[in-house]
Amino acid sequence: MTGFYYALMVALALGAYFLVRGRAAALANGQTLHSRPSYHGLLAAAQVILPMILIHFAGSVLAARFVEHQALVAMDPALLTDELRRGAAFREIREFAIGRGAANATQALQAGAAMYAYLSALTNWAVLGLGLAVGIAMALFSLRSISGEFRARNRFEQVVRYLLMACATVAVITTIGIVFSVLFETFRFFQKVSPIDFLFGTHWSPQTAIRADQVGSSGSFGMVPLLVGTLLISTIAILVAGPIGLFAAIYMAEYASPKFRAWAKPILEILAGIPTVVLGFFAALTVAPLIREVGTSLGLSVASESALAAGLVMGIMIVPFVSSLSDDVITAVPQSLRDGSFGMGATRSETIKKVVLPAALPGIVSAFMLAISRAVGETMIVVMAAGLAANLSFNPLDAVTTFTVQIKTILVGDQEFDSAKTLAAFALGFVLFFFTLTLNVIALAIVRKYREQYD
Amino acid sequence: MSFASPMIQEPASVPEPAVAAKVAARNVNVHYAEKHALKDVSVDIPARAVTSFIGPSGCGKSTFLRCINRMNDTIPICRVTGEITIDGKDIYDSRLDVVLLRARVGMVFQKPNPFPKSIYENVAYGPRLHGMARNKTELDEIVVNSLKRASLFEEVKDRLQESGTGLSGGQQQRLCIARAIAVSPEVILMDEPCSALDPIATAKIEELIDELRSNFTIVIVTHSMQQAARVSQRTAFFHLGSLVEEGSTEQIFTNPKDKRTQDYITGRFG
Repeated sequence: MTGFYYALMVALALGAYFLVRGRAAALANGQTLHSRPSYHGLLAAAQVILPMILIHFAGSVLAARFVEHQALVAMDPALLTDELRRGAAFREIREFAIGRGAANATQALQAGAAMYAYLSALTNWAVLGLGLAVGIAMALFSLRSISGEFRARNRFEQVVRYLLMACATVAVITTIGIVFSVLFETFRFFQKVSPIDFLFGTHWSPQTAIRADQVGSSGSFGMVPLLVGTLLISTIAILVAGPIGLFAAIYMAEYASPKFRAWAKPILEILAGIPTVVLGFFAALTVAPLIREVGTSLGLSVASESALAAGLVMGIMIVPFVSSLSDDVITAVPQSLRDGSFGMGATRSETIKKVVLPAALPGIVSAFMLAISRAVGETMIVVMAAGLAANLSFNPLDAVTTFTVQIKTILVGDQEFDSAKTLAAFALGFVLFFFTLTLNVIALAIVRKYREQYD
Repeated sequence: MSFASPMIQEPASVPEPAVAAKVAARNVNVHYAEKHALKDVSVDIPARAVTSFIGPSGCGKSTFLRCINRMNDTIPICRVTGEITIDGKDIYDSRLDVVLLRARVGMVFQKPNPFPKSIYENVAYGPRLHGMARNKTELDEIVVNSLKRASLFEEVKDRLQESGTGLSGGQQQRLCIARAIAVSPEVILMDEPCSALDPIATAKIEELIDELRSNFTIVIVTHSMQQAARVSQRTAFFHLGSLVEEGSTEQIFTNPKDKRTQDYITGRFG
């Protein structure tokens, strides 16, 4: 039905476009038009499409509510107030109506399903009819408004503007919505666990007792071990990716021949496209055992899953972020600055060290910050290579765990959504979000402050 | 000699090139990949005078200028043949360190290109690179002197620590000149130094060039024939990659020997 509706809409819009454009063109023979005929046509098409989409959305939502209500009433009016059974009952009605229901349906269910089928068809046709009527009316209205003075071009410009604004609004509202939903659940968590315990507690063990007589699972929610684990792994990662990425970028931008650059840069960017789960088993199956072997042969005690393994592989993962962005900002430093330095008798490396890198610094810093945000938010590699044990340890050879891993662990499997354990995931998510947001804000501030304007 | 040399009687505006050729070029050819950009250029550039290169766009005058401090080395597809000497020494000799050559032959570019550093750091850049100052006091002295010689000191003396990119266009260009003379070069190359400046800033730079010629050998590429006439003692006219005519500025502008020079300076083309 939806497909049919939109096919009709497209046909109507096309019809309006050609008809109005033709009329306007005919009018243009006798007098000067303010807007070219195609603008009259485009405006007509927009005036058909936008109301019809609006009617379909609003109509479908309203109709669905109405149909659900009536079907439930037909089945058993008591259902309406019974929150627990209401959803299940309506699912049953729908299943039955499309012929997948159980054969031994009750009388009430059959009545509900009949009402559902009848009203669904009715409202569908109503929406279709209304949309079609409005579409045709708008097309006629467009046809009527053609005249020499009519500013179709300016009107269409406005339509475009509102369309773009709507898209931007969707993105912004989604962000706000996500932030608020996390924030809300975090508040619920803090009603069960004190924020002080959460922020400064040094013991993380989110198991809570489901039955009162269970032992050993009182639940403690100190996030410090997770914070330390996250920082430890991110630090190792940036210590790996920082120098490698930056030096690779300097080589690519300043020394490499165009031929080398042409094939090396895409390969480096492929590295950014490797799924993290693939890097994860590389970390768990290759790097971690290697570190353990080397460590043991040196007489160190190395956990089979270690922060070092996860950090190293994560560092490799974020090399392309550092190198690609740094390469862009280094290339953007004007050639005239390099010429000025060479003209003073500086060598290439002196020029890079004293002129190019300082000029590119803001961009390089923001590249690092983005890479750190990536490392902090990364989950898969840590799950596979660093383990789940919430040890409060600064030793990179120990198993540690991070915010993201704990969120994933908490939310995998069946949950009850009012326990502190489940809500803890939202609190962790909020802390993580706050963390990366702060990093991004710092990066932006640095870039703004030190940005040099070149023209 | 017991009698006065006739050289001394020569007016200052027409120095004899053969006597004090600082830079001498013989049969210089430049190719950019397949393009033959400079054809058989031979010219003598006298010491302590201003020599200007004029000619229409794409005639090879900037290309030739960039040969004198081997800036063309930074362009991979560029190939230079022939011989250029400074004080009789071949600058394309493989034993010569190009970095040291550029300290002796400074350059000022078409668009002012101060580094995104403080005014002080801009001028101190070269002396620091080449270890010309043993301590802070010496470095300060070099910086202040260079700024004074570039007639910029009075305008910036209270804000030496502010960014060089915050100056006006004309001040930026004088900063670049101060930066170039801070390493005490022998030759200063200027590639259309006033083309991005307004008339007042241009007048200041021209005045400065005139003062600097008592200490430096200056080569200037310019699009403006009036500028060449105002600031230079010798002029070379380039056309389509060849050096058409070279002589005292007075002679080139009043009595050119070549028809093409005549056409160019009277504004018939270019």
